[in-house]
Amino acid sequence: MPPPPKKPATEPPPEPPELPESRPNSAPGLESYRREQRRRFLKGALASSGLALGAGWAALAPPGFPLSLRDPTGELGKPRPSSLRLPEGGYAVAPRLGAADLGIAHGSQLMPMLRAAIDAIGGIQHFIQRGDVVLLKPNVAFERAAALGATSDPELLGALVALCREAGAAEVRVADNPIESPEACFARSGLQRAAVEAGARLFLPQHADFRELLTPGAALIERWPFFARPFSGVTKVIGLAPVKDHNLCRASMTTKNWYGLLGGRRNQFHQDIHGIIADLALMLRPSFVVLDGRRVLHRSGPTGGSLSDVKAGHTLVAATDSLAADAYGWSELLERRDEPLPRYFALCAERHLGQPDYRALRLAEVRLG
Amino acid sequence: MSKAPPKPASKAKRRLPLLQPNRDGTPFYTRTLRITNVRVLSQVFFFALFVFLLMTTWFSRIGGYPVSLFLELDPLVGLATALSTHTVYRWLWRGLLVLIPTLLFGRVFCNWLCPYGALHQFIGFIFNIGSNRDHIAANRYRPIYQLKYYILAVMLVLAAFGSLQIGLLDPIALLVRSFTVSVMPASDLAVTGLGRELAERGLEPELSPLLSAPGAADARIFDGAIFVGLMLLGLVAMNLFIPRFFCRVLCPLGAMLGVLSRLSLWRIDRDPTRCTDCDLCLKGCEGASDPQAALRKSECFVCFNCIDDCPEDALSFKLTPPPLSAHLVGSLKDGSARLFGRPLKSQILGTENAGPAVPRRRWILASLGGAVAYPFMRLSKAVGARGFHEKVIRPPGSVAEPEFLERCIKCDQCLNVCPTNVLQPASLEKAGFEGLWTPVMDFSVGFCQLNCALCSEVCPTGAIQKISVEKKLGLGEHEDAGPLRLGTAFFNRGRCLPWAMETPCVVCEEVCPVTPKAIGTYDESIVRWDGERVTLNRPYMRPELCIGCGICEHECPVIDDAAVYVTAVGESRDPGRTLLLDSARQRKKG
Repeated sequence: MPPPPKKPATEPPPEPPELPESRPNSAPGLESYRREQRRRFLKGALASSGLALGAGWAALAPPGFPLSLRDPTGELGKPRPSSLRLPEGGYAVAPRLGAADLGIAHGSQLMPMLRAAIDAIGGIQHFIQRGDVVLLKPNVAFERAAALGATSDPELLGALVALCREAGAAEVRVADNPIESPEACFARSGLQRAAVEAGARLFLPQHADFRELLTPGAALIERWPFFARPFSGVTKVIGLAPVKDHNLCRASMTTKNWYGLLGGRRNQFHQDIHGIIADLALMLRPSFVVLDGRRVLHRSGPTGGSLSDVKAGHTLVAATDSLAADAYGWSELLERRDEPLPRYFALCAERHLGQPDYRALRLAEVRLG
Repeated sequence: MSKAPPKPASKAKRRLPLLQPNRDGTPFYTRTLRITNVRVLSQVFFFALFVFLLMTTWFSRIGGYPVSLFLELDPLVGLATALSTHTVYRWLWRGLLVLIPTLLFGRVFCNWLCPYGALHQFIGFIFNIGSNRDHIAANRYRPIYQLKYYILAVMLVLAAFGSLQIGLLDPIALLVRSFTVSVMPASDLAVTGLGRELAERGLEPELSPLLSAPGAADARIFDGAIFVGLMLLGLVAMNLFIPRFFCRVLCPLGAMLGVLSRLSLWRIDRDPTRCTDCDLCLKGCEGASDPQAALRKSECFVCFNCIDDCPEDALSFKLTPPPLSAHLVGSLKDGSARLFGRPLKSQILGTENAGPAVPRRRWILASLGGAVAYPFMRLSKAVGARGFHEKVIRPPGSVAEPEFLERCIKCDQCLNVCPTNVLQPASLEKAGFEGLWTPVMDFSVGFCQLNCALCSEVCPTGAIQKISVEKKLGLGEHEDAGPLRLGTAFFNRGRCLPWAMETPCVVCEEVCPVTPKAIGTYDESIVRWDGERVTLNRPYMRPELCIGCGICEHECPVIDDAAVYVTAVGESRDPGRTLLLDSARQRKKG
């Protein structure tokens, strides 16, 4: 409330200083003094009532009025994180006519196997066009040497970066949010070196890089902190995952791999590990995935730690349907075809997020030397 | 003037202000090439080097840099640890390098090398505005400046008994700690905040070179950062009341160098045949060392400001100047005094006070104080062998607690390099006064990364002994000794989701990094309260395999008071704190 404006006092409260005796009744001097006092008073009154009016407006004007700060319920003062959405339909590319859904290459030489597997599903040129910004998502979860099979293979990452660049990608990015210290995980696994040497741009998570991602329809992560910075401007996403035993969800392959893009309280998801994997399949629709069955962590997963936990699989799988790739990995690489598929396969299939019966799809299997 | 017109025409007249000749016609370099300017460059260089080395103290940057160089150059660290351990660890001989200039020139360290001194001087330079008279008054010697010598005596006696406390006030340890715990995490927040703001405006700045912890997924936090930060702010603010307050009053390193500088060969010398007792030399005197009278050699920082400020050219820096009294002829009183044939202008005859102004009995008193303080500290519950705090979990490679307290200078270099932020400055509650700000692990913040021994690499004093990853993990030649254990993990079944709440979980088992895993599960299928059948993997501990890395505690979803938690019992650094009967045999089985 502005104070009631007072009439300017005709006489200023303090007595004017004694005027020099030599100029008694010096009207001009007294007059100018009074004028000055009046002006000072008016200025002060104007400023203080202006301040009071402004403060009153900010505090009392109804919410929504310009410059109003009024918040009667306390709701307006809460933080409102702006949420992010990934493009509609994800990063999927329409399949090429006649291409297989699952490209499977057996052999021992990486590059020919990788080319053969990708060619079978349409070829790298089909997925990556000139000018694309491609994000590669390896699994860097733990600080382990690559040979221990707990992380993606650096050679595969390097080869995939090279293929993308060959296909004309403007920029290839590599990003993951590991469980252990990101720098150490990327360094120890060799993925940092492989990425940088192949000319990719590496994104290590910083705490400011996470934004809330909106995934409509997700059961657990409809709104969840997401490693957003590497996604700005991205046009294609490729996942590359090792084949790993997993204590809780039984197998961690290409679908579980997207877990590394989440931030926040991830450790709660073990209470519904199959539910979160189904949500991950919904959250991120990749351009394609590569399942690296050359090393199979067949027990003590997902961390491993001993070479005896790893066996050679001599296989690479490229697929547009990551669930089918995982199902193939379950049967043929982990060799658990006699056991029922983990529950997340059924959950994903219910939502039409993939085909767990990979034999019903078009397979192209190539054997190289 | 700053906007340069076309050069060639007016080259002769218009030169850069820096290059203008002096008013008295002497060329510009008599103004710019002064030793005080060289000193400022030296201070800037060493401060920048100090910050650079701190920023380098990080996983991806450390390379071969001597990141603890300043701590190793600190002769007080070397002396005090030599007193407490009777050894000189790794690089601590480097402290001798600082003694060389000290014995030649005096306390040059304080005003030429010390980054903390540079910070204090800079703050005073910016904020202590006043007349010459104010400055002269502020820079006179005060008796309180003896305090640092008492602090030094108490701390050295404590060290000799085996309790190292110099790190509380040693300027380098204090500054490393302040930067690590408070300043650099704050600057990280500012830099990432700035990056985020810019990114929202469509720019993609690469600001990670400015971060002290690049690639850390969470902003680093430190227990009690406010207190470490307040200590820095408070000591810096004291410059407004007493210039160089810390350096003049508190600094034990300065006191040590002050004691030594009585032996220095060079010192500031005043020529009383020129000196008019105007006291202008006090205007910029950093050490409050009485250059206008008998120089207090132990207080002089060798900043050379007095030589710069003297209008009579009466001051100079000289090699072993002789005492004047021997050469004085005549009497001061009647004005007939002459020195080498020239009449004296100054009324003050004194030339130097070599040693600190501390009477011998007070040295003894201070030493007695240290001797009494030792049992007070060592008998406190938190630091004894009995009754230790279960959460005082020391980094891998640490020596047993009594030896640890002989070595740790609380510099917190290990906290700075730790990639997971698990190392935290210990609070009074955990480690007592003696262990205040020493490193302990807090698994609610981070965990000890398996293949990492960086903290042992950067520790300047061997409180954390330099170990290899092989030794930490008990691989190769260390197989018989087994892995280093930091403690042992326990389950609190009352808070564990599968045990107490019919809810599947076992994050702990998943992240357990040892092979075979130290956490096993009983897989049980139960009918839940609502009739649904669920499989619960109920975890249990295999203590002979647990190394106490704490990743299970860190990743446990019961985040406030984790259902699996590590305590110090079973730590391998102290044979008195084992948990299992015959730990060695158990280890081999694993």
